[in-house]
Amino acid sequence: MNLSRKWLNEFVNVTASDKEFAEAMTLSGSKVETTEDLGTEINNVVVGKILSLEHHPDSDHMWICQIDVGEEEPVQIVTGAWNVHVGDIVPVAKHKSTLPGGVKIEKGKLRGVKSNGMLCGLSELGLDERDFPYAVIKAAAVLGDYKAIDPEKPSIPADIQPGHKIYGPVVAAKITEVSTVSYGTFAVTLDMGGKTASIETGCMNLHEGDMVAYNTKNEIICTLEDLHAEQKEFPHCITDGIFILNEEGIKPGDDIKPVIGLDDHVVEFEITPNRPDCLSIIGLAREASATFGQKLKLHTPEVKGGADGNLFELLDVETPDPDLCPRYSARMVRNVKIGPSPKWMRERLRAMGVRPINNIVDITNYVMLEYGQPMHAFDYRYVNGGKIIVRRAQDGEELTTLDGGVRKLTNNMLVIADEDRAVGLAGIMGGLNSEIVEDTTDVVFESACFDGTCIRKTALALGMRTEASAKFEKGLDPMNTLPAVDRACELVEMLGAGEVVDGIIDILNYVPQPRILKLEPARINGLLGTDVCEEEIVRILKSVGFEIEGDQVTVPSWRADVVGMADLAEEVARFYGYNNIPTTLMRGETTQGGYSPAQKLENRLGALCRGFGYDEIITYSFISPTYYDKIGWAKEDARRASFKILNPLGEDTSIMRTTVLPSMLEILTRNYNYRNRNVKLYEVGRIYLAGGEDGLAVENRVLSLGAFGDDMDFFALKGHIEAILSDLRVEDVTFVPCTDNPSYHPGRCAMVYAGESCLGVLGQIHPLVARNYGVDAQFYCAELSFEAINAVKGADPEYQPLPRFPSVTRDIAVVCDQSVTVGQLQAAIKKGGKNLLKNSSLFDIYQGKGIPEGKKSVAFNLVLRADDRSLTGEEADADVKSILEALAADCGAVIRA
Amino acid sequence: MKEQLELILKQGLEEISSASCKDELESARIKYLGKKGELTAVLKMMGKLDASERPAMGQLANEVRAALENAIESASVKLAEAALIQQLKDEALDVTIPGKAAIVGHKHPMYVALDELKEIFIGMGFTILDGPEIELATNNFDRLNAEEGHPSRDWSDTFYFDEDSRVMLRSQTSPMQVRAMDTMELPIRILAPGRVYRKDEVDATHSPMFHQVEGMVIDKNITMADLKGTLNTVVEQLYGKGTKTRFRPHHFPFTEPSCEMDVQCHKCGGVGCPTCKGEGWIELLGAGMIHPRVLEMAGIDTNVYSGWAFGIGLERMAMRRFKIADLRLIFENDVRFLEQF
Repeated sequence: MNLSRKWLNEFVNVTASDKEFAEAMTLSGSKVETTEDLGTEINNVVVGKILSLEHHPDSDHMWICQIDVGEEEPVQIVTGAWNVHVGDIVPVAKHKSTLPGGVKIEKGKLRGVKSNGMLCGLSELGLDERDFPYAVIKAAAVLGDYKAIDPEKPSIPADIQPGHKIYGPVVAAKITEVSTVSYGTFAVTLDMGGKTASIETGCMNLHEGDMVAYNTKNEIICTLEDLHAEQKEFPHCITDGIFILNEEGIKPGDDIKPVIGLDDHVVEFEITPNRPDCLSIIGLAREASATFGQKLKLHTPEVKGGADGNLFELLDVETPDPDLCPRYSARMVRNVKIGPSPKWMRERLRAMGVRPINNIVDITNYVMLEYGQPMHAFDYRYVNGGKIIVRRAQDGEELTTLDGGVRKLTNNMLVIADEDRAVGLAGIMGGLNSEIVEDTTDVVFESACFDGTCIRKTALALGMRTEASAKFEKGLDPMNTLPAVDRACELVEMLGAGEVVDGIIDILNYVPQPRILKLEPARINGLLGTDVCEEEIVRILKSVGFEIEGDQVTVPSWRADVVGMADLAEEVARFYGYNNIPTTLMRGETTQGGYSPAQKLENRLGALCRGFGYDEIITYSFISPTYYDKIGWAKEDARRASFKILNPLGEDTSIMRTTVLPSMLEILTRNYNYRNRNVKLYEVGRIYLAGGEDGLAVENRVLSLGAFGDDMDFFALKGHIEAILSDLRVEDVTFVPCTDNPSYHPGRCAMVYAGESCLGVLGQIHPLVARNYGVDAQFYCAELSFEAINAVKGADPEYQPLPRFPSVTRDIAVVCDQSVTVGQLQAAIKKGGKNLLKNSSLFDIYQGKGIPEGKKSVAFNLVLRADDRSLTGEEADADVKSILEALAADCGAVIRA
Repeated sequence: MKEQLELILKQGLEEISSASCKDELESARIKYLGKKGELTAVLKMMGKLDASERPAMGQLANEVRAALENAIESASVKLAEAALIQQLKDEALDVTIPGKAAIVGHKHPMYVALDELKEIFIGMGFTILDGPEIELATNNFDRLNAEEGHPSRDWSDTFYFDEDSRVMLRSQTSPMQVRAMDTMELPIRILAPGRVYRKDEVDATHSPMFHQVEGMVIDKNITMADLKGTLNTVVEQLYGKGTKTRFRPHHFPFTEPSCEMDVQCHKCGGVGCPTCKGEGWIELLGAGMIHPRVLEMAGIDTNVYSGWAFGIGLERMAMRRFKIADLRLIFENDVRFLEQF
């Protein structure tokens, strides 16, 4: 919401600087986003009067002007514009001046002639024709400029002389005299080869000596249009030129900014959705009044009325859907004269970021900005049957809106219709079929209150959020429709834009009942932790429009957001000052804070992974269903059953993952593509499985590990997992070969168990899956269930006495079939080892010379010890013998010769 | 004989002192003191001496032996010292050669920032609470006073799993307030961090998935002054003692009064600079007193209990903490990024 400070000052006198104003308003609840001095880019630009003009000696198209800028000596400026005449009042950018867009003007020479500045056109001042409609330039086609499209066949001969016929009644004529009659009107004398004529013309680019095309029949000087000529035939005949001012009470030397309305300051607010009342000058003025302790000066519109006709005979309004239209107010204006609105109104609209269009449309916008009440104006001619019906659209009904869009409507949308058809989309945009046009004479002003949700949904469905709909959707004050429509009519009369018909149509579909709350100063202070006295509370509430009698607080109609004590407390806090509320520490019962055991495990897992060099990653929880293909899952794999988002941003984020693997592979791949070497990553990520309470998900966590690089292989990953599980004192950990997981290499994949409980899977990513990611490298990944680990993690340790007697170590090497696993050999060793074997560790696997084909030699280091005595060699040998027997029996392994 | 002994002493001492290594010293020892050494040879001739000469000669011979032995001993010590010095010299390393790589992984910067926050709140008696991301609209909206028709419920803003808009991806961590109220005993002090989801396209400041941290206190006599006091304490721990804050009125459906808290710009000290967009303040979080309706919907007696709550965006906090300019880096997980923290 923009706010013109000039407009604001009409309602409340605030002299604070922009910075002070922004700060104070922000701290009382109206957040200021930016402040802007509209004229900040324009400096040293003044009003000037052209004293004389002479042709530039070295240019056909330049003039040397002497200009009175209110100084002792006139300044000389060279201009290329053709629409200037002696006596014109123009904006002059003097030496060392600045213009919008960072343009700097300095003195210089133009084709050898000194120029001490620049004359400005509208665009150079950041304006356009809609800001100053009177400044539109009409240009005559000057024959001296003519350039034939085909040089062989010119339409106008180069040697054309005054009096020569061009076509029909159009002849060449030389201008012998030009003088300004009034703004935009010039008296011109023409020579047509002996015959002369004296006429008045609106063409602004004529000077003595110019040759023009004169229509002897219509007695006009021809423009490009009149000649049916193209622009390129008359390259200098352009409607762009110097902005010739037509303002009263200005004199050479005056600063240009107040003259063109750029002396205003605009403040942009972020208004929270609970305060639609602040989407208006008056609403913000009320806030400013309370913030700065200045009186709010409200104005009651006064309408003279008296136009011909009886409103109730001319117009009939029906609201068959009263729930969607709580209030509908309308008035009529007749004998409308469409034209530009006055400068002060255009300036204010412009300052608020609204383009001026014509007086009637500008009035509706002006009232919307001032009162916050969207208004609409219909051309009465097109309201068939003089009847306005506010009804639901029929399914499939079509309406072409003012922006030219053809809208297909549904039964959930509200339209403004006449007897036959829709003429507007309620609260959003009018229909093209009832638009205000040049020859509109009778106008209906609508000032209504529509259901916010209906407007919001319609605007959303049609993708056409407008300033009006943005206001309606927040819920407007139904008590605001009458003052707003009266204000519009008052402005019509003030601008002389038409005559207002007496009476107002006002349909009220609900019983207005002000909300009454109880004034409870103790509870307010109790909630805020303050000690504000009752008088101050009352003063603050009154300052923003609350009425108070005894302990009864009447909430103003525009404050639908205030429903209870806490809301009143906020009003008090806002103007008492949030920053004046003391800061205290909480008293009361102390609570024991901290992490839950699961959170502690999560922290521990993270610390362990980082200890092994894994970096933590954060990945999206949603994935594309095609990612299941990429990791090799079969089409019928039950794990594909995912929570599906019905309105996803895109397919890549459309389902909730049931596996963390694709997320990890995506990040590994990205790092691989970035040519990062030796990458190790981990995440404790969630997966989302069906079957939770209330139709929600079971959100299980998975410890996801992923790595590649020189130091990575299956056993590196396995070693990390073993170390992690060992640190968590998980017992009975086994790794079982897994050949059927489609995501992993069938020969390099294992399931991890703790006893009977499966913790997860680890291995090298299947080369086909890697290929799906466009990667030609060995990726190693593990997926371990957080919940399963949490269930099997060991209890706190208990001290075990250190061995008091020495241990005996023996190395054994056995030869067995290649297919026998180390795991099987270790199981046999464990079985044969009786009580003395404390540890066995693999230290060598050998195949090759000296070992038969199809066999391998596997060597273990055995540690034997008794807790109550020193072992003898014989005792140790007996155990080793038993171990070797078990190896032979269970694995067919024999001691290596 | 005396002359002989004196000669042995003189020559012996010379030889010992000139020995440049252990071996030379040993051969000197053997030469003079060995079984076949020169001193032994002289001593063997002792018997041929007069009895009267023997004691004096014997004493002299012992003195010579002792002197030689002492000389050998001290020379040996010196040689050992020299050898050690040489050994140390030989073993000297180029200590600028890099150490053997021991790689430690890195916590994600966002969780670094989160853990700092958690620790501060745990110190104030807060429990860390986790909750579901796939959530009921009832908990995410209705129970938080954002009724049917609230714009944030639109399908253009929030992700849904069913046509009835019943099950959704939580758009804020605030439903954790509801879950805490429903399951925990009063008084409650919780901190609930987690993932939240909104329908925003990815750019430098937006992501459809991001993180929030919800904080909530419900107890007897909790006031807005307590909210300010607690948050000020947190800010001082995060950004240093004396860090200035300001509270601005704002609007959230589930708090009343509501506020936003700004922290004075660390870069310019409040004067205004590009970091704070000229405002002198940087918006940190939204907060407020829990709306009485929210408490009532949870069956909490608003005549006895009151509470406050706040919500903070974690990404923005981490980005400010580590001066990360683009949100996309957070989820890109490039190790060259991750390893900076």
